[in-house]
Amino acid sequence: MADNFPDLIDTHGLRSAIDDGFSWVVTNYGDTFERLLMPLLKLLSAMEAFLQWLPWYVTIVTVAVLTYSAARSLRATGAAVVMLVLIGVLGLWDDAMATIALMLAATVVAVALGIPLGIAMARSDWLRSLTLPLLDIMQTLPIFVYLIPFVMLFGPGKIPAILATVFFAIPPVIRLTDLGIRQVDDEVVEAIVAFGATPRQKLFKVQIPLALPTIMAGINQTTMMALSMVVIASMIGAGGLGYQVLQGIQRLEVSRGLIAGIAIVFLAVIFDRIAQSYGRRAQKHRAGGE
Amino acid sequence: MDDVPRNIVQAESEAVIMSDVKIQVDKVYKIFGNRPADALAELKAGARKAEVLQKTGCIVGLRDIDFSIRRGETFVIMGLSGSGKSTLIRHFNRLIEPTAGRILVDGRNIMDMNAKELLALRRHGISMVFQRFGLLPHQTVLENTICGPILQGVSRRDAVALGMEQLELVGLKGFENRFPSQLSGGMQQRVGLARALATQAEVLLMDEAFSALDPLIKSDMQDQLKDIQARLKKTIIFITHDLDEALHLGDRIAILKDGELRQVGTGEEILFRPADDYVERFVRKVDLSRAMYAYEAFEKVPVLTEAEATVERSAALLCQHQGVIVSNGVAPRLLSRGVSAEALPTASVEAGVAIGQCFPLLAAADAILVTESGKPTGILTREMAFKALARSARADRMS
Repeated sequence: MADNFPDLIDTHGLRSAIDDGFSWVVTNYGDTFERLLMPLLKLLSAMEAFLQWLPWYVTIVTVAVLTYSAARSLRATGAAVVMLVLIGVLGLWDDAMATIALMLAATVVAVALGIPLGIAMARSDWLRSLTLPLLDIMQTLPIFVYLIPFVMLFGPGKIPAILATVFFAIPPVIRLTDLGIRQVDDEVVEAIVAFGATPRQKLFKVQIPLALPTIMAGINQTTMMALSMVVIASMIGAGGLGYQVLQGIQRLEVSRGLIAGIAIVFLAVIFDRIAQSYGRRAQKHRAGGE
Repeated sequence: MDDVPRNIVQAESEAVIMSDVKIQVDKVYKIFGNRPADALAELKAGARKAEVLQKTGCIVGLRDIDFSIRRGETFVIMGLSGSGKSTLIRHFNRLIEPTAGRILVDGRNIMDMNAKELLALRRHGISMVFQRFGLLPHQTVLENTICGPILQGVSRRDAVALGMEQLELVGLKGFENRFPSQLSGGMQQRVGLARALATQAEVLLMDEAFSALDPLIKSDMQDQLKDIQARLKKTIIFITHDLDEALHLGDRIAILKDGELRQVGTGEEILFRPADDYVERFVRKVDLSRAMYAYEAFEKVPVLTEAEATVERSAALLCQHQGVIVSNGVAPRLLSRGVSAEALPTASVEAGVAIGQCFPLLAAADAILVTESGKPTGILTREMAFKALARSARADRMS
């Protein structure tokens, strides 16, 4: 038998200090945070209501048009339509729409925050060295660890669900925006500066257009991660397909879990197809230009 | 010790037209690293590059660079990789800022310019051509060409007209809607050139602009640049590591080694009056001088025997010829125009030797004798050797 690691300090004190500190934040600032994030909740609720209000055939046609315009393939479009119809047939339409709404809202927020952050990181080595380890932590920390504080702050519901999803899904878009901009050919950037471009012109005329394929890959990954997180977030009251899976687990109903699981896979396939095809189109544009 | 001849040559070159200076580089130092001030102090105290690196951890990019460029000339900065030439050229539009010293463009120190003035300088005053072209891959040839005018705020319609004009000038009419990737390297660099010309800036910086091109395309581009320069009379600063290119294009040439200026002068000065060992070694490497022979450069002159060489007769012949050889069959002597009344003993070479081998002799004397099958038949002057090299540089490009 090996010796146990000696108890050098009493972790009890440390833990209670963290817990107390956090409780203090919750009691004093919980309401403020909640008020601050009301617009987010409104955005999400509006999206959910809109998607559930939209007649199913309109949704299907919209997805079909999106898929076709991205992939230019009848097979991919047909597959997307069939999968959506199957979700409807399985009686999961409203849950699927709630999941899509949460995923889209989280993705929009993640992209809206992540791209500017990625750009800032590409410009400043200092910010980059600060942010990269943080992103590593965000990606390796077990998901449930940060579900707890979010739930404590906002109580179970949609706000912690969307925040946790954003938190989980944002690293790829930040990383790949930074990477994409740093990978732009130095000489091209230097050339536009030599011709008198301002930093803003340099960013919008050269860096972002040339980094776009990489940024699109980041958005694609963020979308996929948001979708996977949405399922877990249903445990804290996000609803949607994830809730069905959760119920399947709680009631030991294999069928419920399986069917909802398949619906999630279908959504993942559809959105991955769309996002990837857009990314590839951006890449083709570059290949044609290099 | 290197400083002495360099300064003399430079002074000679610059005394000519001081009033017509377009760009003046005034004691510029560039130091890369975290302790530039310490490194600068070390350098000014006379420390060498390696010592500065050891003491301060800083790399000396440029050291005490001092020269000026005249309006309308093609000034070539030549050096091997790591000599600091690309660093130096980026100082002219402040893509890189000097650690110490001043860069004056039209008498104005560009380090004193604020952001707005600097943008104006880059937009209107100085344009640039890059080694790997630096074209925007996602924009068409025309869009790339008009990027300068658009940044200047010219209306799109005028910019397009201007761009089409430049594309025609560089021979790319009909390609305006292609993407850069659809063009060959030479054509891409023509786009780079058209883009630089479209801003109508007076100064054109060319950073190893033709180095990435294959030899035939390269010589085409050099000739095209000469044609364009003959018409537009820009001030061109051309960076290269290729001495042939420098001699072909440059009105004056600056030679840079390890961030230090070794010599500034015309091609002839560099070839025949190298300021130091380094330049001399560099010059010796001119391929042309090895590939060309004395018989391609020399001129035949009359050969007289001692008895025939009367004063009147020699004087009459000197009116038509650069010199007269006086030979008694053993030790030929040369009577050159305007040198002395006496025929002087002169070194001689066989017509079959490489011009490069004549350089040491030409360094010692203005003219040497050329013998064919042992008999003196003509003379080779510095000027003739240089002209032959220049001619040959052209001929190479035609074939």
